[in-house]
Amino acid sequence: MELYRSHVLICGGTGCTSSGSDLVEERFNEEIKKNGLEKEVKIIRTGCFGLCEVGPVVVVYPEGSFYAHVKPEDAKTITEEHLLKGRIVRDLLYYESLEEASDQVKSINEVDFYQKQMRVALRNCGVIDPENIEEYIAMDGYAALGKVLTEMSPEDVINHIKQSGLRGRGGGGFPTGVKWSFAAGAKNDQKYMICNADEGDPGAFMDRSVLEGDPHAIIEAMAIAGYAIGASQGFVYIRAEYPIAVQRLEIAIAQAKENGLLGKDIFGTGFDFDLEIRLGAGAFVCGEETALLQSIEGYRGMPRPKPPFPANKGLWQKPTIINNVETLANIPQIILKGAEWFSSIGTEKSKGTKVFALGGKINNTGLIEIPMGTTLREVIYDIGGGIPNGKKFKAVQTGGPSGGCITYEHLDQPIDYDNLIALGSMMGSGGMIVMDEDNCMVDIARFFLDFTVDESCGKCTPCREGTKRMLEMLEKITSGRGEEGDIEKLEKLAYTIKDSALCGLGQTAPNPVISTIRYFRDEYEAHINDKKCPAGVCKNLLTYYITDACIGCTKCARNCPVDCISGEVKKLHVIDAEKCIKCGACMEACPVNAIIKK
Amino acid sequence: MENQVMKEVLNEKNFAALDQVIEANKDRKGALMPILHEAQNIFGALPIEVQTVISEKLDISLAEIYGVVTFYSQFSLVPKGEFVIGLCLGTACYVKGAQNILDRLETELGIKVGETSKDGKFTLEATRCLGCCGLAPVMVINEKVYGRLEPGQITGILKQYK
Repeated sequence: MELYRSHVLICGGTGCTSSGSDLVEERFNEEIKKNGLEKEVKIIRTGCFGLCEVGPVVVVYPEGSFYAHVKPEDAKTITEEHLLKGRIVRDLLYYESLEEASDQVKSINEVDFYQKQMRVALRNCGVIDPENIEEYIAMDGYAALGKVLTEMSPEDVINHIKQSGLRGRGGGGFPTGVKWSFAAGAKNDQKYMICNADEGDPGAFMDRSVLEGDPHAIIEAMAIAGYAIGASQGFVYIRAEYPIAVQRLEIAIAQAKENGLLGKDIFGTGFDFDLEIRLGAGAFVCGEETALLQSIEGYRGMPRPKPPFPANKGLWQKPTIINNVETLANIPQIILKGAEWFSSIGTEKSKGTKVFALGGKINNTGLIEIPMGTTLREVIYDIGGGIPNGKKFKAVQTGGPSGGCITYEHLDQPIDYDNLIALGSMMGSGGMIVMDEDNCMVDIARFFLDFTVDESCGKCTPCREGTKRMLEMLEKITSGRGEEGDIEKLEKLAYTIKDSALCGLGQTAPNPVISTIRYFRDEYEAHINDKKCPAGVCKNLLTYYITDACIGCTKCARNCPVDCISGEVKKLHVIDAEKCIKCGACMEACPVNAIIKK
Repeated sequence: MENQVMKEVLNEKNFAALDQVIEANKDRKGALMPILHEAQNIFGALPIEVQTVISEKLDISLAEIYGVVTFYSQFSLVPKGEFVIGLCLGTACYVKGAQNILDRLETELGIKVGETSKDGKFTLEATRCLGCCGLAPVMVINEKVYGRLEPGQITGILKQYK
């Protein structure tokens, strides 16, 4: 391997790519060439750094200078100043990297966003080039597989994972080692190992970031799991909506095969393991394991009753283990560093770390990994940087369409599987959406139900019909037609669906409703009794007014698509509430904020 | 319009390509999904004519294939517009006001979500989380990503494609 004096790491995750990091990379390549630095500076396209809010992100090592919002034209400045003359370009740094008082420059690891994090599953994301197997190997990659194949028996491996206390990161939280032991105990000529990368939770992108940033870790973990349970064939079931992840995984599989790390007789130990990618086609229910199996087999992704569990009768009726991406990303580390190391992190019943996709009304949107037991307050205020625009925090939603909301008074609760369930939410796959005072909780419940109705596969009646009726009731309430007794009806139906639906999707679908009623019953009542939406979201319950602040500039009238605003120049304008379609165009157009809605 | 587009894509060359895909995959276990993906890449959609060929060659009933095609949201029976507008309706985008953007798109284009404009130019879709929540609310037109949208920007953006 050649040595370089400087490394320029450019984030190639989906967030930064969307904000133009490929153009930035192109310009860096040109500038490096122009300045004759090809032999001294190496440009690497990495996986996600996590702080998507300030993308595109570029980090220059050895200094660890953290450049944010990098534009293509900045490549020239950074190259000429920093790379050529050794002068860090302070104007382009992430604002917090520059300590104003002392004029010191902090490295990326010292900024608040990363201080409270602990990267296990994401350890290589934003560090190595995911398309280069050598970089993965240099980070101890495939050493765990080597250790497992040459020094450990399958039982040893399973015991090791059991001792670590690792639980499934896809939502259910089932102990991984125990799951493996079920399939290991099943006798059959063929078993399968599957990675569930059908990350469908809206607002969650943990698994995609791992696959984009460190695909070899998943391949290595699957081979280890294959060895432990006695499977020679693996499948990665991944969303077709993740083109970058699919492509990097394809490259990684090809490299692993070339290097004898997949295929026949791995490390000369006689162990065979092969891996294939299967694409999903846009069905949320396929994240449910039995539906996923149906989809791989080429059918509609409809869940089937359990038992039999996949560990006994799974893919093509053969014993099958299905693990989530993040769960697998922990495996090689547990093998190398030991079960004790892993179980020393976290709380009593939730070991290790958890990756969350932090989004919504929060300053530092992005991907974070924290030890279990970190409090929500630390996540939202210390790592997430709080709520933008001075707004008031209202709730944080975890677990997506299967989860619930957590309110201000519970912010000091440590995050772990059991605590979140006690609060009426759940860990889920790791989406964490922050909401402020401008978000209507009834509307949020309606939003999630709308999602579930759309994604219900239609096999069982409670989910197919029940969620639809719940959605209708919520639509009735948000449109101002709610009646006394609707909340109780909603609750009753919600618990019935929970008890009677066939699979996890249906059983958890009512959770957003139950949880918002539990914490925000007053908002439901305001919609039903007063016909008001306190947050000002539900259109049918709003009226737009022009206040005395109006300067009569006519901008609102000109922007109104239905011509419902009248008034003379320099005089107070009036909105005709009958004709108004409540699109808000006038409010945006008003230069003096004279238009209000209530 | 649609019929015209359909006639054009259902040509011999595309069917020959489909034959190759089927031939290469048919002995794989669970071959139907990968073949449907490839077929949609070739034809831009999965009309009944294409499903019929797959049905005959794989010896799977047409009813079953139709069931699979209509189950998954990524498979489409009709071709999409020249520009596919995907507005993200993931939770992060939704709490940041994606619904207002969607309303504006529908008014501007005169079509509802899931529809294609009469001139075959635009298809409007509400997508699942695109995973760039830092840019919320987000919209994708073909490959180009537009982030941190405000309703007022929509007219200007659409003008570039009209």
